[in-house]
Amino acid sequence: MNKVVKNAQEGIEGLKNGMTLMVGGFGLCGIPENCISALVKLGAKNLTCISNNAGVDDFGLGLLLQKNQIKKMISSYVGENEEFERQMLSGKLEVDLIPQGSLAERCRAGGAGIPAFFTPAGYGTEVAIGKEVRFFDGKPHILESALHADYALIKAWKGDRYGNLVFKGTARNFNPVMAMAGNITVVEVEHLVEPEELDPNTIHIPGVFVQRIFQGSKYEKRIEQRTVRSKS
Amino acid sequence: MLDRNGIAQRIAQELQNGWYVNLGIGIPTLVANYIPQGVSVEFQSENGLLGMGPFPFEGEEDADLINAGKQTVTILPGGSIFDSSLSFAMIRGKHVQLTVLGAMEVSDQGDIANWKIPGKMVKGMGGAMDLVASADNIIVAMSHTNRKGQSKLLRQCTLPLTGVKCVKKIVTNMAVLDITPQGFKLLQRAPGVSVEDIKSATEGRLIVEGDIPEMKF
Repeated sequence: MNKVVKNAQEGIEGLKNGMTLMVGGFGLCGIPENCISALVKLGAKNLTCISNNAGVDDFGLGLLLQKNQIKKMISSYVGENEEFERQMLSGKLEVDLIPQGSLAERCRAGGAGIPAFFTPAGYGTEVAIGKEVRFFDGKPHILESALHADYALIKAWKGDRYGNLVFKGTARNFNPVMAMAGNITVVEVEHLVEPEELDPNTIHIPGVFVQRIFQGSKYEKRIEQRTVRSKS
Repeated sequence: MLDRNGIAQRIAQELQNGWYVNLGIGIPTLVANYIPQGVSVEFQSENGLLGMGPFPFEGEEDADLINAGKQTVTILPGGSIFDSSLSFAMIRGKHVQLTVLGAMEVSDQGDIANWKIPGKMVKGMGGAMDLVASADNIIVAMSHTNRKGQSKLLRQCTLPLTGVKCVKKIVTNMAVLDITPQGFKLLQRAPGVSVEDIKSATEGRLIVEGDIPEMKF
C-alpha cells in the first residue's frame, strides 16, 4: 500500500473550479499550509470551502480570499478575518454560518454514512429556518444533513504510506472528521514515517480514509494570540 | 460596580468540586484565575482539550496548544486531547456541568443573543449554540447596560438569537440574577450599587423580594 505523493501540488491534482473542499484547522492551528499554498498557485476558482474558520487576512484561507478564489464559505466563526467579514457583509462572498458542533458532526456523518441527524443546537434561531423540527423527551431538535467534499485538505503530525495518521495537540480539531468525509483526502504530515514506527493503538485516523499523503515542509505554524504568564 | 475581573471572580464562586467547565471567550476566560480554595474543576476547551491550564511562560508557547479564543495555553496533568466531534459530543451529551459565556442581550425568559448584529457585525456563533442548547447550568457574564447606557437585560431580545429559554443565571457589573418563569430575580447587588440603580438599568421584568444583600468577596 503506497499512498505517498511527492508534494502538495501532486496532492491536489485533479482539483477543479467549482469544487467543494473541506479544510482542517481551528483558527490557524492545524491548517494544511502546503495544500493551501498549492491551491493559491493552482488558481482554482468558485470554490466552496468548508472550514471552521477563515484564517486571517494574510495567512491560511485568507490567502484564497485575497485572490477571490472562494465563492462560498461554510464555517462557524469568521471573526479573525476582517476581509472575510467585509466581503460577507457586502454580499460579495456567500457565507453559511453554522454551529461548530453541528459542523463537526455533519462532517463525521458524511464520512460515516449517516445522511442526517437531529441536534438541539440552533433550535429557535436563524440556523433552524427551513429545517425539520422533532421533539425528543419533550425537547426540540432540528434535522441537520451530512456534509461531503470533493477534496479534504488535512494536516497531521505523523503518518505512514498506508495513510495512517497521528495528530498533535489541538492541531487535531476538525482534521479527523474531515479526513473521513473527503472523497479524495489529501494529508500533509510533519513526519512521514515507516509503518513499523506507528503503534496501531496510537493511530487516530486509520489509513482507509486517506487517498494521498505527503511529507510537508517549511511550516510557519503561526500563533494568532501569543499569551503568556509571568513567573512569580 | 464590578470590572471584568470582578464579574469573573463572582462567577468563580459558583464553581463546584469535580465539575467540568467550559469558558467562552472574553470575560468568561478570566474565571479560571479565581478558582476558590479547595475546589477542583477541569476546564474544557471546545477545540478539543480537557484539563486546560494557564497561559504558558514566555518562550514555552506551543502553536499546537491553543484554546477556543486562539490563545496559547498549557495542559495540566490528567488532561486529554480529542477531535472536534468528540468535543461537542461531550458538550451536547451533557458531560460538561457548567458553561460560562458572554452576551449582547438576555431576555427575561432566558433567551440569549451573542453572535450577530445584522448589517454591522457577523463574526459567527462558533460553539455558542451547541453550548447553550445542551448545558444544564449556563451562567452569562455581561455588562448590565451597553455603551449608550441602554439595558441589555430585556423583555425580548432584539438581536438574532443564539438560544431560547436557556440562560439560568446572570452576573453583570451591577448584580447577580436568576431567570425564573416570572422574569429576572435579583439575588445580589454589586458593591456600591443600589436596588434602584439595578431597577433603572433593567428593561425586562425584575423581581425584587426582601432585602437584597451585597456580593461578598
